[in-house]
Amino acid sequence: MNETRNTSAGSVPSGWTGVNQPKGAPAAPSQSTRPAGGAQWLELASLPLLLLIWQIAAWILQSRFLPGPVVVAAEIWDLAWDGPLFDDFGKTLLRAMIGFAVAMGIGTAIGIALGRTVWADRLFAPWVVVGLNIPAIVVGIICYISLGLSDFALILAVVINKIPLVATMMREGVRALSADYDELAATFRMPRARYLRLVLVPQLMPYLLAAARAGLSLVWKMVLVFEVLGSDGGVGFRVGLYFQLFDMKGILSYTCCFVAVIMALEYGVLRPIEGRLLQWRKDRA
Amino acid sequence: MAQGPGLSLRIDSLALGPGVPLFRELRLEVAPGQVLALLGPSGVGKTTLLRILSGAERRWQGEVQVGGKAAALAPMPGYVFQDARLLPWLTAADNLRAVAPDLTDARIAELLGEVGLAGQERVWPHALSGGMQRRLALARALSVNPGLLLLDEPFVSLDRAMVRDLQALFLKVFQAGNPTVVIVTHDPEDAARIADRVVVLRGRPAQISDDVTLPGRPGQRSAADIARLAADLSATDAPAQVTA
Repeated sequence: MNETRNTSAGSVPSGWTGVNQPKGAPAAPSQSTRPAGGAQWLELASLPLLLLIWQIAAWILQSRFLPGPVVVAAEIWDLAWDGPLFDDFGKTLLRAMIGFAVAMGIGTAIGIALGRTVWADRLFAPWVVVGLNIPAIVVGIICYISLGLSDFALILAVVINKIPLVATMMREGVRALSADYDELAATFRMPRARYLRLVLVPQLMPYLLAAARAGLSLVWKMVLVFEVLGSDGGVGFRVGLYFQLFDMKGILSYTCCFVAVIMALEYGVLRPIEGRLLQWRKDRA
Repeated sequence: MAQGPGLSLRIDSLALGPGVPLFRELRLEVAPGQVLALLGPSGVGKTTLLRILSGAERRWQGEVQVGGKAAALAPMPGYVFQDARLLPWLTAADNLRAVAPDLTDARIAELLGEVGLAGQERVWPHALSGGMQRRLALARALSVNPGLLLLDEPFVSLDRAMVRDLQALFLKVFQAGNPTVVIVTHDPEDAARIADRVVVLRGRPAQISDDVTLPGRPGQRSAADIARLAADLSATDAPAQVTA
């Protein structure tokens, strides 16, 4: 007997339709397609290519409003050793992480409640739509006016802005839960804890990760905007100061560091976590 | 595995919506160790009957006893779903552990070996063919050491060669463990090949229209016997008739 169709990463398409899986099983809301094999060098060459184009543009323009990457790198070095770079990033990171964690927790709970309870979804779905459409800056201004220029107000504004997005994504995840798996759990009399761990959470995990990824990028941007609006330090605060001084070198220095932090989070934290949690899907793709 | 328990089912009423109930005043007895095939047209309630026996269906009035105990208090049955219904995020071994967490590695290896999946512990379900997924689903059902085995259309969507393989496997499992088995199928030939007894459900509310104890032992019937029995069963398995 040799019926094995694909015992390693191979030709089976991603998604759920190729195997005998119940309807409504989780789809892949944000699964990206990675270049395979030899095409990976394109991904590796991407950022150096961007830096090269930037350097060439700086040489050609010779403008103080477009310093090249070498000049910016020197500025970053100075800011790191003699300036407020680490202090600012520490403040921004802390605010973003607190806002992210709180919003993910509350948003997930609301999303699950809306997905599981029809009357709650009917009653509160318009609230979620309103939340999704209120401009983030308005929420920030209202929080600052109501609570003063404090970290609490800033984080609260971030949380209020992010909750609707997380709730919406998690609600979709709950709606896509498979009743067939519930029947499986009932038939084999799974205790509640085992059902949650082995049946419910794995189905929600793609949605949770998608919400985390989308939410994290949103949180960063909101924190920076609110720091520009009013705070006692942080990346946004510093960029706001450089803006008033028309200091493009400082702005680009902070921007580059900011991008580096995001990339470190993406490749050092998010992708490894996603790789472990969704390994079964990667092997299938 | 000791001989499976006897089954005693009495459904007073089961309605899944407005209109004529699916079942009313239905009684069914299954002897210990018997392999009972449920035949009948689509929608007659065969799978619902299995769900009642497994305890997963709750919207009904009546009583089901397994080995003289209420079904909820009886040992867990093994269940093979029509669509295998493996958890795709768990490996083959973890799919067994999901329903029987106390399984040792040795027991998992033994179970997988029994169903022809030796050495496939770390394989994801999607890497298995349809037939192998059904085998894994059978191993999962056997992992709870069931006296009662419930099989819902286990041969559907498989090619004939795979069906033959799977039937041989089922016969081996039935003979080795002597469990009580209720198998839902739409194919009289499948029933003639592996069952001791065939019950045909028909109508709405569903009633037992035919109850046939098959001659000879499953696995020892000749091809001619199977063909003749299948033809006889096909004659009894007429289209559904709504009687109310």
